[in-house]
Amino acid sequence: MADGNNDIEQQIRDALDVPCLKPGAMEGLKPFVAAPEHQEKLGFPGELVPDWKEKALAKMKDLAEKNRAFQVYLDACVKCGACTDKCHYFLGTGDPKNMPVARQDLLRSVYRRYFTFAGKYFPWLVGARDLTEEVLEEWYSYYHQCSECRRCSVFCPYGIDTAEITMAAREILDHIGVGQKYSNEIIGKVKSVGNNLGLNPKALRATLEDLEEDIEDDTGISVRIPLDEKGADILLVTPSADFFAEPHIDGLIGYAKVFHETGASWTLSSYASEAANFGLFIGSYENMREIALRIRKAAEDLGVKRIIFGECGHAWRVAYSFLNTLAGPFDFLDQNYPIPQHILEYTWDAIQKGQLKLDKSRNDHLTLTYHDSCNVARASRMGDMPGGQFEIPRNVIKAVCNNFYEMDRDTIRESTLCCGGGGGLLTDDLMDLRIKGASPRMKALQQVTEDHGVTHMAAICAICKTQFSKVMPKYGYDMDSIVSVHQLVSNAIILTGQETEEDEQNEEEAA
Amino acid sequence: MAYEVNGQVVEHDEEGYIVNLSDWSRELAEEIAKTENIEMTDEHWEVVNFLRDYYEEYQIAPAVRVLIKAIKKSMGPEKGNNKYMYELFPYGPAKQACKIAGLPKPTGCV
Ligand code: SF4
Ligand code: SF4
Repeated sequence: MADGNNDIEQQIRDALDVPCLKPGAMEGLKPFVAAPEHQEKLGFPGELVPDWKEKALAKMKDLAEKNRAFQVYLDACVKCGACTDKCHYFLGTGDPKNMPVARQDLLRSVYRRYFTFAGKYFPWLVGARDLTEEVLEEWYSYYHQCSECRRCSVFCPYGIDTAEITMAAREILDHIGVGQKYSNEIIGKVKSVGNNLGLNPKALRATLEDLEEDIEDDTGISVRIPLDEKGADILLVTPSADFFAEPHIDGLIGYAKVFHETGASWTLSSYASEAANFGLFIGSYENMREIALRIRKAAEDLGVKRIIFGECGHAWRVAYSFLNTLAGPFDFLDQNYPIPQHILEYTWDAIQKGQLKLDKSRNDHLTLTYHDSCNVARASRMGDMPGGQFEIPRNVIKAVCNNFYEMDRDTIRESTLCCGGGGGLLTDDLMDLRIKGASPRMKALQQVTEDHGVTHMAAICAICKTQFSKVMPKYGYDMDSIVSVHQLVSNAIILTGQETEEDEQNEEEAA
Repeated sequence: MAYEVNGQVVEHDEEGYIVNLSDWSRELAEEIAKTENIEMTDEHWEVVNFLRDYYEEYQIAPAVRVLIKAIKKSMGPEKGNNKYMYELFPYGPAKQACKIAGLPKPTGCV
């Protein structure tokens, strides 16, 4: 690469540099398998069924028949190679089976063998292979090395979406009794307790009261975080990580301050205390629907007029693209507002109307960049303009911060890189993969740190935030270098009646 | 998969979290800490005890922020902060301290 390009160009390429091939590097990586009790709660067999081969093929056939896109994806690939170097897990691990087309082929080869003419009679000609136990192992391993981020699909001339194939593979695996512990245990918790964490109403209430206390200590103003309040106008559905983890909680405080300042009547629900919907990750329509219906029920029970989603990437995908199909129609909500609405749309609107008093200098200790979350960037929109999902978060950040720089164009917006922990991979048993998968994003970040002194990265996804707080230390950043967008908003807002030091001085003089 | 304390066998899951919460004892905590390369000091115990009390009341571990606030109250601001918590429990106060305290692992996007 030392061919006279200037330094920047050369380093920019580094983030997306193609690694040396390391065949088999990630072979055998296998996240913990779900226990029978976790499987059964979701309606799946507890363990590998004796007739797994027939069941797997039947499920594959069923999916190909019902899901036209899935079948087209299996049939359409021309092996052009455009996707090969577009996956962050390939870039981070060098394992050729993490090339998107290779990942697809793990399933496609079996599909060809059993469901195409050529594959049935001349399997060797079309790369078709039998479904064996080894193939099953390989599926389990490599379909849990895909975060379903859809970056590869942006570069495929046929729009083939590896994420769909991964979801189908996981759905097949679940149906023969081989689920992933992380995702399936969590889905079970949503069904029994209402959220991924297993946070019961009493604990949730105590946590929220604690946060109200913190805000008051901090600002002198009483800002409420209401729970289960019937008759409120707005139901806020947010990832349960917002009640528990850092920097998520600071985002929650930000939402509360925005609602407070705009005089909104709002509430959280203990029944639908989760925006995340891991049903998407495992490709299970039934489970996705069941989780989405909780939101509908909460909205009906509380009698709200609007539903707003907090900062969660895939939740926004599910909400934006599927909520109506899964749990609609929402004819009981106020049709004058987007159904559903994103908290950033709400906040941006309030900023434009001048409803928030903002002091940008309160974020002057930070120099920021913004990480587009994959599901927001590539599978949804925001606001009423095309590209709103890119512009609105940036508009809000720029309205509350003075120092903002973009990362390399090829790593943001629709080309954004996954954080490395999405799609059900945010589990400790995949930490090695998560660290490696984050490396392209981390290199792009290091680049803007070098060029512009960027100190912090903002995100609007609970998974991104947790993933980065865990892996950033491996790349030379503090764990709190990842921030919530509404944390920045929270920093900058001056609440009505909140006394700044200046005010206090003026008052003293007047008295 | 099990710990052994005083000749007693205590079952744990793939990640070292005990299966039956009632199996917990101070000796077991010391044993779990050893496998995590942690030597239990008074400060570690302060955190573990708080987690267990909180769990008893709420059936779940507290948010890190709530934990830190409590530790700040009992041990002062030099110790009641995130950085110090990670010094005590390098793999995170929520997950690693919960494991030693015999509580289930917090799940989800955390
Ligand atoms: S969807 Fe994302 S993680 Fe999966 S193969 Fe494509 S780029 Fe890789
Ligand atoms: S870019 Fe599309 S058509 Fe080309 S190899 Fe990849 S999946 Fe196949």
